[in-house]
Amino acid sequence: MEEAANVSKEVQLCAATYSVIHEKFGDAISAFDQNPTMPFFEVLDTALWTDIALFMRDHPKLKFNYMACLSGVDYPEEEKLGIVCNLESIGVYPHRIAVKVRCARQGGSIPSVACVWHTANWHEREAYDMLGIQFDGHPDLRRILCPDDWEGWPLRKDYRVQESYHGIKVPY
Amino acid sequence: MGLLDAGFSRDNVLVAPVDAVLNWARLSSLWPMGFGLACCAIEMMATNASNYDLERFGIFPRSSPRQSDLMIVAGTVTMKMAERVVRLYEQMPEPRYVLSMGSCSNCGGPYWEHGYHVLKGVDRVIPVDVFVPGCPPRPEALIGGLMKIQELIRMEQIGMSREEALRKLAENAVEPRPLIEQERSAAGA
Repeated sequence: MEEAANVSKEVQLCAATYSVIHEKFGDAISAFDQNPTMPFFEVLDTALWTDIALFMRDHPKLKFNYMACLSGVDYPEEEKLGIVCNLESIGVYPHRIAVKVRCARQGGSIPSVACVWHTANWHEREAYDMLGIQFDGHPDLRRILCPDDWEGWPLRKDYRVQESYHGIKVPY
Repeated sequence: MGLLDAGFSRDNVLVAPVDAVLNWARLSSLWPMGFGLACCAIEMMATNASNYDLERFGIFPRSSPRQSDLMIVAGTVTMKMAERVVRLYEQMPEPRYVLSMGSCSNCGGPYWEHGYHVLKGVDRVIPVDVFVPGCPPRPEALIGGLMKIQELIRMEQIGMSREEALRKLAENAVEPRPLIEQERSAAGA
């Protein structure tokens, strides 16, 4: 009881949405993390991510109709890449939650949710551009910021910049 | 010394070398290309606007490289933009001048080490005549750079290469520190 009293109203709302998702998907998602800044859970069965996203968007008790952000993350110690999605429910519920999805650093991929939230289209392209995360089922997975023929993934921790680009020296 | 300082004869005739007349015409209507790349462009626009009024120098931004004499590279040049900058530079008719404004286009600025996408100095792709330091430079500094370009044009002669004109400009450089001190003490600061 004491613990529950320490948890803010926002996190309690978020925990309620988590239990709806957990009821449906069970072990496919991790335990709920009561992070006071942004509570989150992780999708353990990566293949189910698109289904979970659709469920979260359309379930009458969830209605996560707005993707505020999708960020890419590099976890070099665990040999993984991942995304963090910040989801909100605009005009329906005051709750918001973050969802993490991870895949192997070499040859791994994450299902695209561009068909669920159109915002994800460009955000996934950015995550692909910066970290080289492959998104299965993305309608147009091209680089979005770097030139099309850029080499490497700039935001990976082990990134080394290329020596020259079209004959122009790149490092200082 | 300006062309008009030479003085007219009694019959309203001005005798001057051809290159002095050409130089006077060029430096009195320097048309920069109207494009900006980052925050320096805001400062450049402020310089163009009424408070600093570049039009008193005959400097007026043009919307086409084919009508421009001067390229003010105002801001961060990314690798993607560098190729476009070169293309725009090549579309400008000669004689053309380039002013690199601010730390980013001078040397990469704050992106010099970790900015993988930034060109570390626009002089890697096009020849630069005048560098204006600052992050961003104040309008006064930009005007100083533009006046340097005018001085460079004044140094030019028919048959003289740009390198020689730049060398002559460097030889005629004035150490600004004593002048600043003089102004300060005159202002009683």
